Amino acid sequence: MSTEFPVIAATVVGGAAPLVFAALGETITERGGIINLSLDGSILLSAMTGFAIAYKTGSVLWGFVVAGIVGALIAGIVASSTLFLRVSQVAVGFVLALMCRDLAYFLGNPYSRIQGPQLSYMPIPLLEKIPVIGKIFFQQNIMVYASYILIFAVWFFLYKTRWGLMLRCAGENPEAAYIRGIPVEKLKFWFTVLGGFLVGISGALYSLSVKPGWGRPQGAEGIGWIALAIVIFGGWEPIKVALGAYLFSFLQVAGILLQDKFPSVPAQVFQVAPFPLMIFTLLFINYFNRKEIQEKALTNPVLRILSKILKANPPASLGKVFYRN
Amino acid sequence: MKDKILKPLIRWIIVVGSVFLIITLLLYAIRVNPFEVYKLLIEGSLGSKYRIARVLNVWIPLVLCSCGLLYTFSLGLWNIGIEGQIMLGAIGTTAAFKWFYPSLPAIYVMFLGLLLAIIAGGLWALFAGILKTKGGVNEIFAGLGLNFVAQGLILWLIFGPWKRPGIASMSGTEPFDRHLWLSVIKGFRVSPVALSISVFVFIATVIIFKYTRWGLFFKAIGDNPTAGTLFGISVNKYSLFAMFLAGACAGMAGFFQTAGVYHRLIPAISSNYGYLALLVVMLANFSYWPVPFIAFFFACLNVGSIQLPMVLNIDSSLSGIIQGLSVLVFLCVYNFQKLKENSLE
Repeated sequence: MSTEFPVIAATVVGGAAPLVFAALGETITERGGIINLSLDGSILLSAMTGFAIAYKTGSVLWGFVVAGIVGALIAGIVASSTLFLRVSQVAVGFVLALMCRDLAYFLGNPYSRIQGPQLSYMPIPLLEKIPVIGKIFFQQNIMVYASYILIFAVWFFLYKTRWGLMLRCAGENPEAAYIRGIPVEKLKFWFTVLGGFLVGISGALYSLSVKPGWGRPQGAEGIGWIALAIVIFGGWEPIKVALGAYLFSFLQVAGILLQDKFPSVPAQVFQVAPFPLMIFTLLFINYFNRKEIQEKALTNPVLRILSKILKANPPASLGKVFYRN
Repeated sequence: MKDKILKPLIRWIIVVGSVFLIITLLLYAIRVNPFEVYKLLIEGSLGSKYRIARVLNVWIPLVLCSCGLLYTFSLGLWNIGIEGQIMLGAIGTTAAFKWFYPSLPAIYVMFLGLLLAIIAGGLWALFAGILKTKGGVNEIFAGLGLNFVAQGLILWLIFGPWKRPGIASMSGTEPFDRHLWLSVIKGFRVSPVALSISVFVFIATVIIFKYTRWGLFFKAIGDNPTAGTLFGISVNKYSLFAMFLAGACAGMAGFFQTAGVYHRLIPAISSNYGYLALLVVMLANFSYWPVPFIAFFFACLNVGSIQLPMVLNIDSSLSGIIQGLSVLVFLCVYNFQKLKENSLE
């Protein structure tokens, strides 16, 4: 791997795109108060379907569409079982995470290790010419550009639109929202499905761009769990969530670079390195959410800035079953 | 009286029937003859003495891990890190074998191995528990992160300090001396020690939940953590205790995997049994009685499915799909029935 800065930075940005999709999808879902824990299996299954469909039809676009639908369907199962049958979201999500992974390996067997279509690079004219920045941000594929737009779209939707406000209400206090006439169940359901659609797109981004092709292991294993942790890291706020995705992508690339520097250490050790880092970041964030630290921050300016950046408030009804009566 | 027996019976018939029906439909949907699959699964798991022994070898870690999970689940804790706790148990076992043999007699080393496995698994779980209670890190992420760390640790050991003389390989460490293998029933390749300890752990778990103050506290805190605090029960203390117990059980499973089944440390030593145990306990609806039977059913699926790629040319991950689908359909149908009954009342 080249150690030139723009090349590394471009790899980080490209590698972060699927994480941005998955983590923002989950942000939308969790803002409505539902946890979709199935992400890990969901990403693999949609990665497999995305690749298989693109291979069969020769169209990368169809691959993305069908992968999105697969993600949406899985999210639909999570949402409907918890909203209408009152099953524990965590239980259903976890079972689906395991089952979809097996389903992906089972159904994807015929597509293992074959060449298929993948997203091509599409530099943006003019913008690509900007020194350094052009190379990093504007010599990517179309889905990477879409991920930039998505970050602001999700932010705009949540904080600047009526629907966004209603969704946040449903996630914070569904009972009150229901009394105010907000269709809580419908909102929760459809935005979980929408979140799942984005997760599906993320899966296809792996098999059609970041780690092209399908096989066992595909290389996206464990990413769903990371995406879930990034949502917490970002405090359920789209811009911070996206930053978390870039940070994680940077850690992955750093792992690969370090591997070149220390060839005697097995590759797998570097592959797992981001996971303890994930624990540390969660620990760090929680530290700033503590009451005593918050109180200290009132008088200490450095702490105030840090705690403002790192403070995270989960939606109040997150993961709870909503009873209408 | 009639209501007490008939109603649950009908409920269970509907639940099991739906699970069976949906799996059959799924198999048709993926163009596999379901009855051929069922036949193969049964023959492949119960068809010979040798196969039953293999089923029991899977049953042992499943029951141990499920018992551990009953403690954490009863407090509402999601100990997803159980997979890593098995791995730490295996590492503890290998460490004892490497450090103390042959300077100590094999039987002592075995005991030390078991002890170290229990401690290593327990401490690994305790770490996730401390991250949760003191650091506020959700136990799902702490456990999961630690699973990956444990996997990294095993790989590092296999490729680094404990590598085979000459070359390190994914096939694991050098096999242990024969004296450090758990003895098996002749012609039936199952360790009677492993089997009896698993049964003992299960019975102990039942007794703890049914007849002891601990069990009562576990249930009380799980049902209502605030009430627990009001009555002066330290929720954190019990959470850590439950995590340690779960990790200790998983560590034991790691010991049997290493000393009884593989006779060395391999990268896939946990064989996903921790995750599978989570499904077992969920399918058991978090109660202890069904655990050994469901664990047996899942073990049969696991062992039986090895036949599938050879005979029907289909991937053995089918067993994972059947297991997952059973739990999913069970959860949905069971809750649907409960909702219906509540609305009728």
